[in-house]
Amino acid sequence: MIGVELRKTFGRPRTWVTIAVLNALPVLVAVLLRLTDLAPRPGEGPPFLSAVLTNGQLYPLAALAIVLPLFLPIAVAVVSGDAVAGEAQAGTLRYLLARPAGRTRLLVAKLLAVLAFVVVTVVVVAAVGYLVGTLLFDARPVAAGTSVSGTSLTPEQLAGRTVMAIGYVAVSMLGVAAFGLFFSTLTDSPLAAALGALAVLVTSSLLFTLDAASPIAPYLPTRYWLAFVDLFRDPVLWRDVVRGLALQGVYVGVLLTAAWANFATKDVTS
Amino acid sequence: MTSVIVTRDLVKQYGRVRAVDGIDLDVRAGDVYGFLGANGSGKTTTVRMLLGLVLPTRGDVELLGEWMPRAGRRVLPRVGALIEGPAHHRHLSGAANLALLDAAGPGGSRRTRGRRIAEVLDQVGLSGVGRRKVGAYSLGMRQRLGLAGALLRRPELLVLDEPTNGLDPQGIAEVRELLLDLHRGGTTVFLSSHLLAEVEQLCSRVGVLDRGRLVLQDEMARLTAPTGATVVDTPAPERVRAVLDGRVLATDGGTVVVRGTDPAEVNALLVGAGVPVRGLALQRPTLEEVVLAAAGTSADRVERA
Repeated sequence: MIGVELRKTFGRPRTWVTIAVLNALPVLVAVLLRLTDLAPRPGEGPPFLSAVLTNGQLYPLAALAIVLPLFLPIAVAVVSGDAVAGEAQAGTLRYLLARPAGRTRLLVAKLLAVLAFVVVTVVVVAAVGYLVGTLLFDARPVAAGTSVSGTSLTPEQLAGRTVMAIGYVAVSMLGVAAFGLFFSTLTDSPLAAALGALAVLVTSSLLFTLDAASPIAPYLPTRYWLAFVDLFRDPVLWRDVVRGLALQGVYVGVLLTAAWANFATKDVTS
Repeated sequence: MTSVIVTRDLVKQYGRVRAVDGIDLDVRAGDVYGFLGANGSGKTTTVRMLLGLVLPTRGDVELLGEWMPRAGRRVLPRVGALIEGPAHHRHLSGAANLALLDAAGPGGSRRTRGRRIAEVLDQVGLSGVGRRKVGAYSLGMRQRLGLAGALLRRPELLVLDEPTNGLDPQGIAEVRELLLDLHRGGTTVFLSSHLLAEVEQLCSRVGVLDRGRLVLQDEMARLTAPTGATVVDTPAPERVRAVLDGRVLATDGGTVVVRGTDPAEVNALLVGAGVPVRGLALQRPTLEEVVLAAAGTSADRVERA
């Protein structure tokens, strides 16, 4: 069942087009940086971007930071929103359930396929970022990178923290996927499900900037997305990272339970 | 005779509307069961409840001797279904679609999958286009592929909702032959349709649904049994009336309906009296007459209450 869903996700051209488009923006930014040498000043623009001119090995992180606010969540919302509602709209859901693929089983398989998409996407963005970064900018294999705090990190530390950052971004996107999947069980329209998930994220980002919303700010799903930057402080500033992981965990748990409760007892009339 | 589909007081309520209103289906092993009903009479909702897609508001469904939807995981692999038209992934080939569907549930051995797919594609007449993307299929080809999906695990029971939809007359005849062939091989067929002719040619038992109620369920042979009258085709109806006075039930142009279960006896009387006779036949009600008598107006008609 899980194999079937993975084959469906990665067997369709749309998935790879999405990933390709997602990589286009960081590559474009890298080329422009290389040509103009005009990096944003430290503290401005996407995180890490100012540092890549001196160390191309930081570019995977800059690439993630570039796609994180908008492109990545849109892609995840579209794929997760399509998970159940897409099958419903195409009419294949009724055949899957009559096959029978158990409803809980199907939902779990869909979740894992979306999770695989998130991980593959984030890893590809990071890998392409690394390639582009080391090709276009100075790489410093020996002389180590610099932490956001100004001290230097060994290449091993840098690699380890990059992997952790990739994992953290993937978990953040899992929260988006949970919203998408939940909405996907509510409607037969994949578009509506994706837009629902995006509406939540837009609302969250908007409220985050509003002082009046500060009492609920710690609970907004996008609140700790950029906390992966803290992994590159010296020493690592764990507070927001841990809170981010816990928050996403709660969202994922609650939303998946709701998605399951809804889908397991739903009349499939599509 | 064992029952394959049994429902007891099956009800589905959507808000204030009762789509299915207390039906008791009884489909027996070896039947070709015609489930007739106008559009909107509740056929599709019933089919979906049989397969566990829609959960009944009240009542029970027993499929192959087990309760649905609880036993779905054991029962449904033994059932092949075509539900409200075929549905496939357009960017995949027909064979790939069948392989994915087969892998998505229990009871489809991976070892035999390739062979089974080739067999059913051949059976429905698609062996030449199995590798082509479904997006390029015609409506009839998709319908055949849907049927292939239903046959993939050699099911004991086929539940088919409008299986000849979108097919041309040759295709309809082919599907009919295929279903009769499977039936001879021991498969029970539950055929939901609004096409009287299709049901009349295929089915041994009939259930008629009218606005959510099962208004009729009986053997086809009994429903269309002779009425005890003989139909005489003659250019001289008034002379028939003169010869068989008192036995004439109705006259309509050149046809006269006469009481009597033996056309030969009626013929002898008429010819003996010198009445010209062009044809004689036992009167049988058509399925259409039976259904129209049992069911009311079309469910599409919405009249003011």
